[in-house]
Amino acid sequence: MTLNATLLGELIAFAVFVLFCMKFVWPPLINAIEARQKKIADGLAASDRAEKDLALAQDKAKDQLKDAKAQAADIIDQAKKREAKMLDEAVHKANAERENILAIGRAELEAERNRLREELRKQVAALAVAGAEKILQRSIDEAAHSDILEKLVQEL
Amino acid sequence: MAAGEELTLSSHIQHHLTNAKMCTVDGSVAFNKACSEVGFWTWHIDTLAWSIGLGLLFLWVFRSAAKKATTGVPGKFQCFIEMVVELVATNVKDTYHGSSKLIAPLALTIFVWVFLMNLMDLIPVDFLPAFAGFVGEQALGMDSHDVYMKIVPTTDVNLTAALAIGVFILMIGYSIRIKGVMGFIKELTLHPFSTKNVPLQIVLIPANLLLETIALVAKPFSLALRLFGNLYAGEMIFILIGAIGLAQLPLHFVWAVFHILVIVLQAFVFMMLTIVYLSMASSDNH
Repeated sequence: MTLNATLLGELIAFAVFVLFCMKFVWPPLINAIEARQKKIADGLAASDRAEKDLALAQDKAKDQLKDAKAQAADIIDQAKKREAKMLDEAVHKANAERENILAIGRAELEAERNRLREELRKQVAALAVAGAEKILQRSIDEAAHSDILEKLVQEL
Repeated sequence: MAAGEELTLSSHIQHHLTNAKMCTVDGSVAFNKACSEVGFWTWHIDTLAWSIGLGLLFLWVFRSAAKKATTGVPGKFQCFIEMVVELVATNVKDTYHGSSKLIAPLALTIFVWVFLMNLMDLIPVDFLPAFAGFVGEQALGMDSHDVYMKIVPTTDVNLTAALAIGVFILMIGYSIRIKGVMGFIKELTLHPFSTKNVPLQIVLIPANLLLETIALVAKPFSLALRLFGNLYAGEMIFILIGAIGLAQLPLHFVWAVFHILVIVLQAFVFMMLTIVYLSMASSDNH
């Protein structure tokens, strides 16, 4: 185990191996590893972000759903109220119409009755005059007694 | 292990622990025992071949993963490679706080390369040496006992020392780059004993220099010898277990299972200490 020229040969071989490793072996391997590490880190970060976005979107969707439900309930409520109001109005209107029609009918009836009564009175007056004429046989001058007749007509 | 040849246990072990050597003697290439007198300019061709082969295997596997690396869903192969890369990257990030394009690939190279070289320890100790001996005998006409083959490069102190020296050079380089030459010299001379009293400080400089130099040099020594010692001892025990005949099977299994831990741990420790030492070299706060 004495030292000899082998040492020099090995020293040169060692230097060459290290230089070759430094130039052609180490950089591509470590670069590939580091690039992949970065890729994985980026991917993980992206997935984290996506998860957060998803949670946010879900929250938003829930909120919107809640809003929509509230709005729908509101609309239904309003519709019900309006329906009730419209029904009420219709009933009122119909009642008013009925009253109206009844009133008109009554007025017409009244007018007819008055007209009939007037006619009847005139006819009774005429009948009374005719009856009196027949009774008195011309003793009454129509002109001279018109005031009496008038009075009679009035009284009827 | 030719038949009829006297083969003692110690020569068997010796054979297993000897590297295949190559050198030039009188202008021509010589091998093994012929090189015993050559001294420094001897090459351990088995260590060199296995370590460089495994280093190229590491680079090829990781480069092919790097070429196909996608930032999308990775395949199983890419996942496996990325696990190793991330292990190293995490440790570097936790320990080294400066910015350096070198530390992480350096740590990855050390970890995987040392691991692969240690892994050779799990191949049963006789397989490849015996195969090499067979090939040497048949193809080259050598005595198979003269064919040496040590397949675990980290059991050769030359390799572990080379790694440690490489790290040591980087430590000094980083120290000087971050703190400047003066800063580095100050670090070596003004600690751990420091005072505001200038003459006293001058007296203390030699002691500081001695302590700091020992502390500095101990780092590569411990790096090299820890890895070498662990693997050499493990290999030695594998060889001993392999020498006891059929009874080796349960023992070998137990030691191999334990060794799985050792080979990963030693590779990891070498990598971590490299990062720690370079981190200390680049930090200013002493």
